[in-house]
Amino acid sequence: MTAVSTPERHARKLLTVIAEAVLERVLIEDCLRLGALGYTVLDVRGGGPGGERQGQWEAERSIEMQVVCTDEVAQTIASHVLKTHAPDYAVRIFLSDVTVFRQAMF
Amino acid sequence: MLDPVVGFFLLGLIARLGRSDLRIPEALYEALSIYLLLAIGLKGGLQLAQQPLAQVWPVAAAAMLWSALIPLLLIPVLRVLVRLDGINAPAVAAHYGSVSVVTFAVAQGAVLARGWEPAPWLALLVALMEAPGLVVGVVLARRALNESRGAPPQSWGQVLHEVFFGKAIVLLTGGLLIGWMFGPKAFEPLDPLFSGLFKGVLALFMLELGLVVAQRLPQLRRAGLRLVSFAIAAPLCLGLVGAWLGMLLGLPMSGMVIFATLSASASYIAAPTALRMAVPQADPALSIGAALGVTFPFNVLVGIPIYMAWAEWLMS
Repeated sequence: MTAVSTPERHARKLLTVIAEAVLERVLIEDCLRLGALGYTVLDVRGGGPGGERQGQWEAERSIEMQVVCTDEVAQTIASHVLKTHAPDYAVRIFLSDVTVFRQAMF
Repeated sequence: MLDPVVGFFLLGLIARLGRSDLRIPEALYEALSIYLLLAIGLKGGLQLAQQPLAQVWPVAAAAMLWSALIPLLLIPVLRVLVRLDGINAPAVAAHYGSVSVVTFAVAQGAVLARGWEPAPWLALLVALMEAPGLVVGVVLARRALNESRGAPPQSWGQVLHEVFFGKAIVLLTGGLLIGWMFGPKAFEPLDPLFSGLFKGVLALFMLELGLVVAQRLPQLRRAGLRLVSFAIAAPLCLGLVGAWLGMLLGLPMSGMVIFATLSASASYIAAPTALRMAVPQADPALSIGAALGVTFPFNVLVGIPIYMAWAEWLMS
């Protein structure tokens, strides 16, 4: 029987930003400029204390951007987004711990 | 008489008010709006190819000037009578300075149904009147913002990109250029898609707009009675002046109605996105509530028949 080697695991942060779709391009530029190596963007809809965003048409669309990166990069991006965009746009942001396999990708 | 597509709008309105689970998938909405913008642009371009340019350019220049002037006329009204602040007044006015493509399509249908000689090259005006008023409104809103709260977060480059490369202008202008360059003969194979299906696609889009408008109705409470009154009075006045301007420009009766409708309509595709990017401090509930919640239904249900009667009266 051949032994299967377990890939090495590394701790990273998953930064999730839910925001108005109009910010998509700006957020992507911000993330890459501030040190993220990649990102994923999803179209989402939902609601909260500020009201509902059902994504039915242009002005109501929301996106979720996910960035897996080091703790330091996640902090930098989060501070920037909170300072620059959160005061004027509908923005939610949160951080969680994730484990990645190929650390060079993140 | 109302166009049957208006019936689809009312169906959407009733469905949402009755809490139906009816929902047009986002991808379909996107596809329908791309189709409509492109088809309107193409139709205009094809007609433009057969039109002497000497006849077109004075109308085109006047239309652009007029649409840039609209926000300047509306801002004092919004400031004094509606009592909006220095940021929200130009933001709302910017929506009225731009145009609604679907309202234009409904007006064109109404004119055709009446048997009036159509002036389809006026689709050129939809593309031309989309941006000037929007830019004027955005510039004034950003100036007010600069004075009161410091520089807005997004740069002018990002804002102008949003205005001129937003999908509405890209598709309308692109369609116009393609139609104009290739001409009607080359377009015959594409005709079944872009002409034959147009009315059906418009009907589906109107259904979706009915759903969206009904969802916006609760926000009107926040907008207040003054803004709601503005959203009815402004298009009516602009439409009546627009028809008269159309007559001065020598347009046929159908053209006067189209010019009136474009003057009266307010944008809810290009303007809200551009404004959100350019002036995020402006309250979108006010401008979208007025433009989409009141002015759009007013124009398609009441306004267009009034502009038609007014054009008839002016010509008589």
